[in-house]
Amino acid sequence: MTLRLSKDVWAGAMLIAIGTAAIVIARNYPFGTPLRMGPGYFPIILGGLLTVFGLFILACGLHSSERISGSVSLRAFIILPLSLVLFGMLMEHGGFVPAIIVLIFGAATASAEFKFVEASLFSLGLTALSVVVFVWGLGLPYPLIADFH
Amino acid sequence: MDLFDNLIFGFGVALSLQNLLYCLIGVTVGTLIGVLPGIGPLSTIAILMPITYGVSPVGALIMLAGIYYGAQYGGSTTAILVNLPGETSAVVTCIDGYQMARQGRAGPALAIAAVGSFFAGTVGTLLIALFGPPLAEIALKFGSPEYFSLMLMGLVAAAVLAQGDMVKSLAMVVMGLLLGLVGSDVNTGVQRFSFGFAELSDGIGFVVVAVGVFAIGEIIANLGDKAERHVLAATVADLFPSKEDLKRCIGPILRGTGIGAFFGVLPGTGPAIASFASYMVEKKIAKDPSRFGKGAIEGVAGPESANNADAQCKFIPMLTLGLPASGVMALMLGALTIQGIQPGPEVMTTRPELFWGLIASMWIGNALLVILNLPMIGLWVKLLQVPYRFLFPAIMAFSAIGIYSVNNSSFEIYLTALFGVIGFVWMKLGCSPAPMLLGFVLGPMMEEHLRRAMLMSKGDPSVLVTRPISLGFIVVTVLILVVMIAPAVRKRRVDIAG
Repeated sequence: MTLRLSKDVWAGAMLIAIGTAAIVIARNYPFGTPLRMGPGYFPIILGGLLTVFGLFILACGLHSSERISGSVSLRAFIILPLSLVLFGMLMEHGGFVPAIIVLIFGAATASAEFKFVEASLFSLGLTALSVVVFVWGLGLPYPLIADFH
Repeated sequence: MDLFDNLIFGFGVALSLQNLLYCLIGVTVGTLIGVLPGIGPLSTIAILMPITYGVSPVGALIMLAGIYYGAQYGGSTTAILVNLPGETSAVVTCIDGYQMARQGRAGPALAIAAVGSFFAGTVGTLLIALFGPPLAEIALKFGSPEYFSLMLMGLVAAAVLAQGDMVKSLAMVVMGLLLGLVGSDVNTGVQRFSFGFAELSDGIGFVVVAVGVFAIGEIIANLGDKAERHVLAATVADLFPSKEDLKRCIGPILRGTGIGAFFGVLPGTGPAIASFASYMVEKKIAKDPSRFGKGAIEGVAGPESANNADAQCKFIPMLTLGLPASGVMALMLGALTIQGIQPGPEVMTTRPELFWGLIASMWIGNALLVILNLPMIGLWVKLLQVPYRFLFPAIMAFSAIGIYSVNNSSFEIYLTALFGVIGFVWMKLGCSPAPMLLGFVLGPMMEEHLRRAMLMSKGDPSVLVTRPISLGFIVVTVLILVVMIAPAVRKRRVDIAG
């Protein structure tokens, strides 16, 4: 993956892609007339606007040399969304306790300063606190551990 | 004495034990997150919004507002003691505040920041009480064309005046408007942009977008930065400013409040702009400008008053017109809508307890903040030492539980993760996600008003410029665009040529 192009080129390209996609999709909805605007009317205008903005930003970006700045933690970029997805799946099939433990411990591993023992203790403590506050205190109706029958 | 009666009524609402408690929770949480860098009022309000479902609308609004202005107080504390602005609004306070702390005058700096903020907060509260009702009166006469033009003006102004690249901000507004259209169309029932997901037929949840972009996206970004924090072990002795200090600060506090109130009603300008403007003014009119940057107390008093006045006055367009002037106000509108209240000028007459109760609570909250901040300063400083590696998993957990509890839906959790990724990418590309949130909130309303306006005029778009009030909004919109874009375009051309 090369990031040699300036960040405006990337931003512009993304906006163009989303704008044109919106137009293409919205063409399937009745467009209507100005008097009775159909469900496709407003989205197509917006998609067009987005594409125009995107083209402008991209054109300016071709002459700019400003790269994407700051370091990016690829680790956090992958782990954090993943731990949320795991939380969602476990809430449906595993129960509140496993879901929240996996989320907290999983998220903790995204930090460069991750320490196994410390993070384990921390996730256990915070899970206990969450159970007390959310399930027993606020009465959220989630099984602590799901029944497998 | 209508105003007086209304304020008494408001205090009656705000002083009920329950609402007082929500106010206290709000300002405490606000101070806390203001002190902690890496988590701002936007993400906190987004995370806590699901918890407010069970609370009365007034209580919810009081608490969320408390978080917002509480964060301004907390942000200045860290700016002065650690040279680290807890919030962007406190960036300017760092300049002279930290210098004062290094000279052993942290106490007076903190005290004057609190006094200035309190004064500005009081004036801000009064301004809302004075100008809110007449504004709402005017707004009640608005029809759909006026509303459409007003929203257009608000969105354009917010995008253009916001920090960062103007064209990108406009693009993000449009992006938000598009996102707001996801789900079934109210008039025809056609499913738009739902990609076959039944879960999307009611649209994307407001909390999902807000938490995803502002909480999750921000954490991903924070974990990439490797900034070190050094807490200045300043002992806060001698809190009280001297007579000399106080005398110097009267002018800056008054001017700062005025500047803040002015910028406050403008959409898109964050408190950072107001405090910066105040600092520049004080430096310009000072007898000895060279003192600035070396611990001039005026450089703390002015900007701190300005950012608090700004924060309070941002409520005016939100409460009277239903128009969010900033990302936080968009969240407040979202919170109202979730409570089943359609924001707009009717709120003041149909739900007076909401408007006056909130106003009174803001004054009480400001008083609570002075008490909270000055004597308990040591505690807040200690909190600064909580490492981020503990903070962010906790934020993730509370966000996830909050979102899941709204609809008991895992789908919304997956969507939040997706918006976290998207939000992070946008931030890295220099596209600020805050304007997107404004568009997202206003999208469905704008489309609806445009449709109605077109029906009224039998499909003639000139209705937007033939009705005088609507024409006024359109003219202002065009003026803003011309004034702001012309120099920017010229500058770009020069850049390209050079």
